[in-house]
Amino acid sequence: MILKNLYDVVVIGSGPGGLAAAVAAKKEGAQDVLVIERDMELGGILVQCIHNGFGVEIFKEDLPGPSYAQRFIDEVSSLDVEILLDTMVLDITPQRKIYASNKRLGLVEIEARSIVLAMGCRERSRPQIRIPGTRPVGVYTAGTAQRWVNVEGYMPGNRVVILGSGDIGMIMARRLTFEGAKVERVLEVMPYLTGLTRNYVQCLLDFDIPLQLRHTVKRVLGNNCVEAVEAVQVDEKWNPVPGSGEIIPCDTLLLSVGLIPENELSRKAGIKLDPITNGPFVDDSFQTNVPGIFAAGNVVHVYDLVDWVTEAGFQAGKWAAKFAMEIRRKETYYVPLIAGDNVRYIVPQMLDKRNLEKQDIRLQMRVTQPIEQPVWVEVHDKENLIARKAERYVRPGEMVTLVLKQKHYTDIEKAVSLTIDVAPR
Amino acid sequence: MKVNMSEKYDLIVIGGGVVGCMIARWLSRYEGRVLLIEKEADLCMGASAANTAIVHAGYDPRPGSLKARMNVDGNQMWDQLSGELNFPFERRGDYVVAIGEKELPALNTLMEYGRKNGVPGMKLLSRAEVIAREKNINPEVSGALWATTGGICDPFGVTIAAAENAVTNGVKVLLNTKFEDFIMEENRIIGIKTNRGDFGCRWVINSAGMYSDEVMHKAGIRPEFVIKPRKGEYFVFDRADITVDNVLFPVPSEKGKGILVTTTLHGNTIIGPNSVIFEDKEDRSTTHEGLEEIWQGARKLVPSLSQKHIIGMFAGLRPYGNGPCKSPSIDYQHDFIIEIPTEVQGFVNLGGIESPGATSAPAIAQEVVDLLKDAGEKFKEKKGWDPIRRARPRFRDMSHEEQKLLIDMDPRYGRVICRCENVTEGEIVAEIHAPIPAITYDAIKRRTWLGTGRCQGGFDMPRVVKIIADELGVSPLEVTKKGQESNFLARPTKQVEI
Repeated sequence: MILKNLYDVVVIGSGPGGLAAAVAAKKEGAQDVLVIERDMELGGILVQCIHNGFGVEIFKEDLPGPSYAQRFIDEVSSLDVEILLDTMVLDITPQRKIYASNKRLGLVEIEARSIVLAMGCRERSRPQIRIPGTRPVGVYTAGTAQRWVNVEGYMPGNRVVILGSGDIGMIMARRLTFEGAKVERVLEVMPYLTGLTRNYVQCLLDFDIPLQLRHTVKRVLGNNCVEAVEAVQVDEKWNPVPGSGEIIPCDTLLLSVGLIPENELSRKAGIKLDPITNGPFVDDSFQTNVPGIFAAGNVVHVYDLVDWVTEAGFQAGKWAAKFAMEIRRKETYYVPLIAGDNVRYIVPQMLDKRNLEKQDIRLQMRVTQPIEQPVWVEVHDKENLIARKAERYVRPGEMVTLVLKQKHYTDIEKAVSLTIDVAPR
Repeated sequence: MKVNMSEKYDLIVIGGGVVGCMIARWLSRYEGRVLLIEKEADLCMGASAANTAIVHAGYDPRPGSLKARMNVDGNQMWDQLSGELNFPFERRGDYVVAIGEKELPALNTLMEYGRKNGVPGMKLLSRAEVIAREKNINPEVSGALWATTGGICDPFGVTIAAAENAVTNGVKVLLNTKFEDFIMEENRIIGIKTNRGDFGCRWVINSAGMYSDEVMHKAGIRPEFVIKPRKGEYFVFDRADITVDNVLFPVPSEKGKGILVTTTLHGNTIIGPNSVIFEDKEDRSTTHEGLEEIWQGARKLVPSLSQKHIIGMFAGLRPYGNGPCKSPSIDYQHDFIIEIPTEVQGFVNLGGIESPGATSAPAIAQEVVDLLKDAGEKFKEKKGWDPIRRARPRFRDMSHEEQKLLIDMDPRYGRVICRCENVTEGEIVAEIHAPIPAITYDAIKRRTWLGTGRCQGGFDMPRVVKIIADELGVSPLEVTKKGQESNFLARPTKQVEI
């Protein structure tokens, strides 16, 4: 693939939101659509979500993550969407210039008529929930562990405590049990389950994995590797209940304690973020405060079901395509008016050719040098003379006016620029 | 006593912290075989690693103490040092901030200490001046001491750079090598025993930090000297959210310089440390109480801090000693020890080098060389000694134009592995094959700063483990976080019958 300098729609991220946006943009009529993905394959986090539960809303089917992703990957390739894999976007400017880099092409600059941000979200980590103790190996977010087990093919440990009853945490409890690990406990600081009830039943109850509500990890023990965690009950104000501490020997602590939209790039582009969602403020077309930059999926707010992410991606992709095509129209119909011989400037500097079909357009200009004899004021499309007007003289102090008539429309329909010259007759 | 010592050196440095590495670098200038041993899997693993990363001006130590002289002399050496060793260092000054009228007199005391210690460029600032310089400051601020020679550094960067320069100039560094005992001939040290065999030498330099008391006791020196670990805990903030650009100290107390609010060279605000003395020299765990203490302490200076923006936390241990000040007129029991004792031959003894140890490190290294010269060691300058350590590219800090050129030269710099800090495969590979090879995850993290951002390694970790395994030609199962018994992975999947 030869990378273009300019695309109609560039989608950043190829998870469910990004793939849906690319598909919708193409279907809406965008010609050049590019998806940039930092990983080696398309699909985002779905690639490692080998459990089922995806697609119930959209396909009325219960699919595993990779199968759900594959439907969109197939569609994207049949629609001739261009793909850059293993490529990290470093910067986005408010003018929709994208800097990205990879090993093959190096650092590339790409311009986009519109952009869809679909970077998804990241997991909250240990310091963000401030679990004290040592800093050994063996404390991972559930998603990192999921990648190790499902993609890389390695087990992070054999005796596991999971903090947080979020869906990834419960799903990993079952997954690790399948792989022969002993999941000692799932702890949840809230007085209620934070994930879906179906996951509680299918992942914990069916495998006799105990869930303790109103419990958290008070500290981590072990210098080199995790040797144990101390679990503790908390009261209504999240303070530890005295005497409730319990040391649970384990070699791994998984954290499933929430997700945060990933907006490093959005900040660089000057996009305003909502302090509650941690994602961009968007309008009903999923456009951010920066014109032409749209956002879809977990980068905006954290969803519960992938189907809704896909729906959001469809919307953002559609509106991004509309935006891009409007720019294309402008690029097609707008022609610059170029100051030629002895012309200092012209207003307007650009004109929309379509308007000339409906009305006359007045051009006004000033000359650079006085000419004290009869002159032509001429409008050219390259060599072709479009219109001209006679003046007895021209002086910088006196503005010159020329009106392009409706009848000239057919003459300039194909022009890419118009030049105006003032010269002696 | 007859010993079988396979390798013989002129000087052996025990301990690869900032002081040990700086001494090794100073010794590398002269002819002679030098060995530095470190018990951990990487250098800079003790007190040098977990601290506030400040190059202190020198108004804090007791006037007349060795600490005061080393601090002020050391501080002045940093500009040249950072130029030669190419590590980042910013002399942006520091503030001691008085909150409320009651704390104001303490600033005068510090000013007086500073004047006696020979600290240049100090000034007292009014309340209005402090507010103008730091918008986040507690509005109840009453004034501040402004020390222009204060600076910030990256302690790993400094330590690794010094060690690399030493290695380039012929010093040998052995990691995972633990000192066990001295080999003596009458009262003369002729070698050391380690877990990796015996090494002969003429001089041993004790820069064992937290364990310097145990090392000197093995030589029969200062049996009354003890190191107590003094724990300090820290929070690190997301740089997108908090922008305290200044180094803000509270007025000091008997517990030390107090809980400060400062910024790292990477732009993250950090707060800490508290100061708790206890027994276990390896316990770097954070505690609920300690973190609460630093939180309250820091909020006294900057009330607008929010826990929502915390992305990191750690604890460090400072080797708090009971070395008496050598000047008989000064009653001060926590001075640095830097000496060549007369009881044994071939021993340079350092002890109690806590804060401002990193600031003092270059002055301490010079002091050690001077002491050795006084003891009759004939130093002859090495031909072709290269004082310059070249820095490796840091993708994040480059312009897009520079990034382009770098990737053209080596495509691996085009692959970003750490998304928060923009660290590339090229940088990781370069560290793995550097003069001091970084072969653990933490070693790479401390050199490149990968995994220190918002996601705390959640994204890069599996990828970095794979790169280390590939570069070293080992299984990912063998890759560790920080050396022995810290393997990331337990076993491959699909090893059980379902």
